[in-house]
Amino acid sequence: MTDHAHALETSTGLDSRKLAIWTFIGSECMFFATLISNYLVHKGKSLVGPFAHEVWKDPATGKVFEPIIEIPLVTVGTALLLFSSLFIVLALYGAQKGNRKMLIGWLAATILCGMFFVGMQVYEFTHFVHKGLTLSRNMFGASFFVLTGFHGTHVTIGVIWLFTMFILALRGKLTPNRSLNLEMAALYWHFVDVVWIVIFPVVYLIR
Amino acid sequence: MATTALDQPHAHAAHAEKTGLWSWLTTVDHKRIGILYGATAFFFFLLGGIEALIIRIQLARPDNNFISPETYNQLFTMHGTTMIFLAIMPLSSMLFNYLIPLMIGARDVAFPRLNAFSYWVFLLGGLFLNASFLFGAAPDTGWYGYANLTSRQFSAGPNVDFWNMGLQVLGVASLAAAVNFFVTIVNMRAPGMTMMRMPMFVWMSFITQILLLLAFPVIAVALILLMFDRFFGTHFFIPAGGGDPLLWQHFFWVFGHPEVYILILPAFGVVSEVLPVFSRKPLFGYAAMVFSGVFIAFLGFGVWSHHMFTTGMGPIADTFFSLSTMLIAIPTGVKIFNWMGTMWFGSLQFRTPMYFAVAFIAMFIIGGLSGVMHASPPADLQQNDTYFIVAHFHYVLFGGSIFALTAGAYYWWPKMFGRMLDERLGKVHFWLMLLGFNLTFFPMHFVGLNGMPRRTYTYPAELGFTALNQIETAGSLLLGLAFLVFLINVVRTSRGPRNALADPWNGATLEWAIPSPPPEWNFERVPVVDGRDPLWEEKRKNGGRLPEPVAGTGAGIHLPNPSYWPLVTAVGVTAVFIGILESPRWGPWGIIVAVALLLFGLYSWLFEKGYSEFRTPSHGGH
Repeated sequence: MTDHAHALETSTGLDSRKLAIWTFIGSECMFFATLISNYLVHKGKSLVGPFAHEVWKDPATGKVFEPIIEIPLVTVGTALLLFSSLFIVLALYGAQKGNRKMLIGWLAATILCGMFFVGMQVYEFTHFVHKGLTLSRNMFGASFFVLTGFHGTHVTIGVIWLFTMFILALRGKLTPNRSLNLEMAALYWHFVDVVWIVIFPVVYLIR
Repeated sequence: MATTALDQPHAHAAHAEKTGLWSWLTTVDHKRIGILYGATAFFFFLLGGIEALIIRIQLARPDNNFISPETYNQLFTMHGTTMIFLAIMPLSSMLFNYLIPLMIGARDVAFPRLNAFSYWVFLLGGLFLNASFLFGAAPDTGWYGYANLTSRQFSAGPNVDFWNMGLQVLGVASLAAAVNFFVTIVNMRAPGMTMMRMPMFVWMSFITQILLLLAFPVIAVALILLMFDRFFGTHFFIPAGGGDPLLWQHFFWVFGHPEVYILILPAFGVVSEVLPVFSRKPLFGYAAMVFSGVFIAFLGFGVWSHHMFTTGMGPIADTFFSLSTMLIAIPTGVKIFNWMGTMWFGSLQFRTPMYFAVAFIAMFIIGGLSGVMHASPPADLQQNDTYFIVAHFHYVLFGGSIFALTAGAYYWWPKMFGRMLDERLGKVHFWLMLLGFNLTFFPMHFVGLNGMPRRTYTYPAELGFTALNQIETAGSLLLGLAFLVFLINVVRTSRGPRNALADPWNGATLEWAIPSPPPEWNFERVPVVDGRDPLWEEKRKNGGRLPEPVAGTGAGIHLPNPSYWPLVTAVGVTAVFIGILESPRWGPWGIIVAVALLLFGLYSWLFEKGYSEFRTPSHGGH
């Protein structure tokens, strides 16, 4: 339906699918705005530990809970996620120029970064549960898992989407006149990164 | 000539009219989807109406026990939820679907299969919500489901879950449709159809899509949080665990207030189409109408806490939300004066659609005035949770939306079905509806100010509410009768000949330039537009009426193929939420199977033959 020739025939000159992705991203902004508001509203409202940044001693058992967040690990994940935004730009450039090697290489790098990020999050979640932080434990656990979990779900969907593009690229079907397909995935991927740029300081850095 | 993406010359044979159940299940034609939306929404409208009538019968006598308090709770909750999400919104969607492409001169919406998907998800969501009746577990916490009434502690049964998951499913449908119509309006306009030449209905629909896009994610998150509270042990809205029940109210109304504009703006659009045609004058103050609509939508996101004055937010918040709410009266007033300005010195023709449109203005003004009254916090403290509020929102939603949508039904019926509805029965319908409506809802102002609380299944005789309540019940029966007359009109008309003219009302917009009902491809040639009332302009140049358009064969016009994948994917989406609802019994397996079905449907959709550029097209037309 939509190769490049068609794009010129719309009222704005923009391809409708690209406009649809932008529209969807606009809507998603409100989705994450609400989730982040939810996190901020419940910040500091936990009745029991463990907490993100403070030590907590259970008055009943005397057990001491260390601060739970581990910034170095998440910083690596964050850095890789942000770099992947650059990688996908390079992959898209490869797709547009018909440079197959560039397309496949950088797309693979993007997917690996995304997978590392999701893996990091799975590790972090399991680690937190072992340390006693669950969804029902306190408000921090609830709002942390829901906020970062939904972001992680978005990253996972992005990885599946990019993997689909990767298969198409391998089969030689992501030709320059079809590069819009990758561009749409890329726009979504950038959005997921930008949301993390907000979540990372809000959850991990601000005390 | 610059044309839309669908105006590609292709070597196609003439299109035969498709019939049969399968053609409806796989249709991607925006007109058929519009009719599906309309039929389904009208069915749910009748269902919600029956729920309302049972409520009125219960309230016809003091200390009545026609139904139990539990049933009463379920009925008012389902009445509100049904009328908002399953009747008024999809009735507007019917008009979006049918009219937007015709009015902007397009052959279909931007994403025909996504459009079908929206409808199927809506249908399944509506059925899902109402399936709760079969389990005796209909939602019973009011349409805005306040925390902590919705917690496991106070609502142990699945009632709230049916409501929660049902609204999530419906939200998916609304969001998919909103993306589609937003892109359609921005990108699919015929040559010359600039934004400021679009018919007012398209403009109001456009603003509605933006509201949907920005408001629905908020309720989606709120419902997700509620789901976590009920299924996974979080305490977002439960104070015992450090949560905040008021947060629910904030989230709900950040969505809920734009939602009321989602319900009324399409109605504004309908009336802005009907009034000029029956006044034989262009719409008065076109630009002011556009910008007042935009202004209403913008302010709509800054007034949500006027639903919460009684929660004690303090003087600063109360003042802010009171002022922002009162400000909305300004753009709304602009609209009302412009509608009157449109009729002023017009040669008014009182056909049935015009009756409903004029009554809309009057009824909506009454609802608007009571709205400004409880924009004042001290007044609201008295009126909150009484029948005064019930009176107010029925004047804006029934007196407003339903009157306007009925005007639209009579106005566009000949275009959609090729048959004119009977004028005399239409006017009987109108007078019964106007009388019944006012008898039902006007006395509610008085019982409300006298302190009759809403959502209470009965009242003692000593309070003196009996006589007015009996008038209300009598009025509601008249309302039921009014829609019976409408049904009779529809049945009688459908037996008559399909002989409506292409342009029975001497219309100004593009849909009247093509045969009634339109061919599947809408326009033989994509029109070129050079003004705001393109058809009037053309008639003027032609020196009177245009010759009756002849239906062509559609040869050479590329139409999107029918597809069943939107239906499969919609089943997948609904199944995910059924899986969550049943997860206490089925564990994660229901969800896993549903997600697999969803992905299967989605990938089959994305790589479907004839659509995807990654597969060889089946018709060889690319």
